Amino acid sequence: MTGMNTDLIKLSAAEIAGRIARGEVTAVEVAEAHLARIEAVDEKVHAFLHVDREGALAAAREVDAKRERGETLGPLAGVPVALKDIFTTEGIPTTVGSKILEGWIPPYDATVTRRLKEADVVILGKTNMDEFAMGSSTENSAYGPTGNPWDLTRVPGGSGGGSSASLAAYEAPLALGTDTGGSIRQPAAVTGTVGVKPTYGGVSRYGMVAFSSSLDQGGPCARTVLDAALLHSVIAGHDEMDSTSIDQPVPDVVEAARNGEVRGLRIGIVKEFRGEGYQAGVMQRFDESVELLRELGAEIVELSCPSFTKALAAYYLIAPSECSSNLARFDAMRYGLRVGDDGTHSAETVTALTREAGFGDEVKRRVMLGTYALSSGYYDAYYGSAQKVRTLIARDFEKAFEQVDVVVSPTTPTTAFPIGERADDPVAMYLADLCTIPSNLAGNSAMSLPCGLAPEDGLPVGLQIMAPAMADDRLYRVGAAVEAALEARWGHPLLEEAPSL
Amino acid sequence: MTVTELVSYDEALATYDPVMGLEVHVELGTRTKMFCGCSTELGADANSQVCPTCLGLPGALPVVNASGVESAIRIGLALHCEIAEWCRFARKNYFYPDMPKNFQTSQYDEPIAFNGYLDVQLEDGEVFRVEIERAHMEEDTGKSTHVGGATGRIHGASHSLLDYNRAGIPLIEIVTKPIEGAGERAPEVAKAYVAELRELIKALGVSEARMEQGQMRCDVNLSLRPKGQKKFGTRSETKNVNSLRSVERAARFEVQRHAAVLSSGGTIVQETRHFHEEDGSTTSGRVKEEAEDYRYFPEPDLVPVAPSREWVEELRATLPEPPRERRNRLREEWGITEHEMQSVLNAGAVDLIVATIEAGADAASARKWWMGELARSANEAGVEPAALTITPADVARISALVAEGSLNDKLARQTIEGVLAGEGTPDEVVEKRGLAVVSDEGALGTAVDEAIAGNPAIADKIRGGKVAAAGALVGAVMKATRGQADAGRVKELILEKLGVEG
Repeated sequence: MTGMNTDLIKLSAAEIAGRIARGEVTAVEVAEAHLARIEAVDEKVHAFLHVDREGALAAAREVDAKRERGETLGPLAGVPVALKDIFTTEGIPTTVGSKILEGWIPPYDATVTRRLKEADVVILGKTNMDEFAMGSSTENSAYGPTGNPWDLTRVPGGSGGGSSASLAAYEAPLALGTDTGGSIRQPAAVTGTVGVKPTYGGVSRYGMVAFSSSLDQGGPCARTVLDAALLHSVIAGHDEMDSTSIDQPVPDVVEAARNGEVRGLRIGIVKEFRGEGYQAGVMQRFDESVELLRELGAEIVELSCPSFTKALAAYYLIAPSECSSNLARFDAMRYGLRVGDDGTHSAETVTALTREAGFGDEVKRRVMLGTYALSSGYYDAYYGSAQKVRTLIARDFEKAFEQVDVVVSPTTPTTAFPIGERADDPVAMYLADLCTIPSNLAGNSAMSLPCGLAPEDGLPVGLQIMAPAMADDRLYRVGAAVEAALEARWGHPLLEEAPSL
Repeated sequence: MTVTELVSYDEALATYDPVMGLEVHVELGTRTKMFCGCSTELGADANSQVCPTCLGLPGALPVVNASGVESAIRIGLALHCEIAEWCRFARKNYFYPDMPKNFQTSQYDEPIAFNGYLDVQLEDGEVFRVEIERAHMEEDTGKSTHVGGATGRIHGASHSLLDYNRAGIPLIEIVTKPIEGAGERAPEVAKAYVAELRELIKALGVSEARMEQGQMRCDVNLSLRPKGQKKFGTRSETKNVNSLRSVERAARFEVQRHAAVLSSGGTIVQETRHFHEEDGSTTSGRVKEEAEDYRYFPEPDLVPVAPSREWVEELRATLPEPPRERRNRLREEWGITEHEMQSVLNAGAVDLIVATIEAGADAASARKWWMGELARSANEAGVEPAALTITPADVARISALVAEGSLNDKLARQTIEGVLAGEGTPDEVVEKRGLAVVSDEGALGTAVDEAIAGNPAIADKIRGGKVAAAGALVGAVMKATRGQADAGRVKELILEKLGVEG
């Protein structure tokens, strides 16, 4: 039994779905194997904030019943998924990693949640995250940090560290993330997993608790490129509940993932994405990946995107500005935490006391930054200028994509850093998203996938692939080719080199 | 409350020139809210018409109501505005418990409609052009009920009740440019503008614009400047003035108050003020020492609104005849004076009279019934004439019965009374109450004979040529028939029987 369970948790989502469809294993057995794994290791990893054991088993039983009735099952039917605690789940707590929503039970499902349920995916529970998705280490969670399964004293990235860690710890074969400045890709990079930020508007934001509306984008996390594509195709597509959702067919990412190929492609490398702050082992693995792409038949083109150097600054004006407004609703009046309501305080004071107690330091820092940036007299200099930079970045991408099919870079300048190392240095923390932020500002699609271990610390390095908006399929075509070539070279998936927990 | 010594209105106007700005909020009568699918029906149980979006629950997103945009464009076109080719919503950030998201989704520097005008007609027929700065779309807030205080305001209340049914109901805010040159007629212009705007909104069918129900609310901004000075004075903003009469009174009061302050060497503070229906005064609300910083920025959850020119032209083609032009046309058709037309308008009877005429009545009798008997009944019941249970078709039928001689005025009034009491159609009421004019010549002849026999002295006078004395006999016959006779016919019979030429 233990042996079989170990086998099940190491399988890819595609393989699990196939075995369930063929009747080789039941969805309940798959769910139980993952729940047992969570039981066994999550005390150490702390990837989950909430495990919905009953809900998961009920959903799994339903899949098995459907199969018995001879109904056609979807491509991910019965596959377990870990949901970042930012997607609302009817009847299941949703905290966004914040004390201010402790105990809140949403009365409605996010569109992503609904689509997962409709696809018969089995939701195991909700994963840890930096509070309101603000952070790059998951240390900003009000419920304690998550450990990186490669080294539990190190961060699993953030904000979606719970999702990335759940994959690397074999607690779930699939996970959902959200990416505002790199919160899917950077955790994927530092845990040796795959993460995709789809084109902005590709996946509905309805029911995804907002951090920065114009940047937030939900996306798939997985251990393989194909698994990410399968999940991508389940959650993506137009949603009339989200005005910013794109009303166009979803690019065929599954077909692309099944047919990895880079021969004849022009692949750009951006000269601004290297230099000070980039760890030597990260650049070494990145350069090797570029060399691999060339060997696989791609043409490498060096590009300059000068505006990218201003991306971080623009991001830290736009995202806080939007968050200062998005988080205003947490006022203790209708839901969530309420502090000081003892009959002696005014509503205004209760709001102030609740926000004081309910928000963590990083959230407060960004709310203050954003409030300031939007203030009369400062708006043009800060928010206005940042929007201009955003336009320049979009233009740099446009120019780049006139010359190349995709752009590649390291996902993040360093490997996983120790828990606590950057906790008191916000700017050092912000630098983790240096390479990922431009794609959020421009709205194009991007992926991170493992490209090796840094020689100096033996920790995973991520390769970032960036494609134009609504050309998400290119990520998967290139990613699948790189993944296949690297695994052939290594003789196994990178994650097999992670220590056992 | 500070007592303000007012100067007389005439005295104020002798020295100062008023400048006004009027901001009117209109609740659109769309079926659903501006950014979600919740019902906008009034009168539902508190918090029964809410969803994640209008409650501002975490994760919920807005979607623009297309018919709200359509209404906004039609209002803009009717106000002769330009319609933006591309505009965005903006977030107006401030904290208040009745605003679920703690920002109001509104429009800021990119309104859907701008640069228009509305010509308004004053009581004496003078036409005054009010320039429109902009009309923009936004959402209403929820409703706070402050409990436990003396004033119903938040100050002194022990707690407040919140109803979010209203949160998210579409609003159009229509802002005038500074209204200059109205002089002593400023309060009258203010009232006429709001009245005309209300007519326009109703004619467009985008809202019932009932001020007493808060479907249309007006803020009156007013300042005075010494006559001959170009620069505007400091303004006060009187909020939520919610009847036509109040608009006029608020403007008039502020003219007098400002003049008193300025004449005594004081300065006007820029502040919001509350209007009091009881005595027509205003009192200080919130002082605006510095403009409140709403930190407006473009709403990232909504895509821009870009109405195509074809659509705008299609909507332009749906505009109704402008109410003022329509009223002038009807006034001429009905052959009545400006003043009489104004009374019809004030009574809320224009459309009812039109419909009654369309149902076959002549203009004079349609107007007579609606402005007389029915206006009185409505007034007594405290409702608009349109809310009476009698229809224009009923009124037309009664007019027809009078015209054919089946009813006289008195019987017609009784018929109306019956219809209003729910006794049925005019014909049913006439039937049930037995109201038809006694036209049976035999019965009438007997009644006339009896009247002559009972009043020999009067009969003699008539025989002697005093035809006017016949009135007394007519009265006797009418009494005997309980009013159910045609008085004209009775008189003819009397004269005939007494052998006198009428």
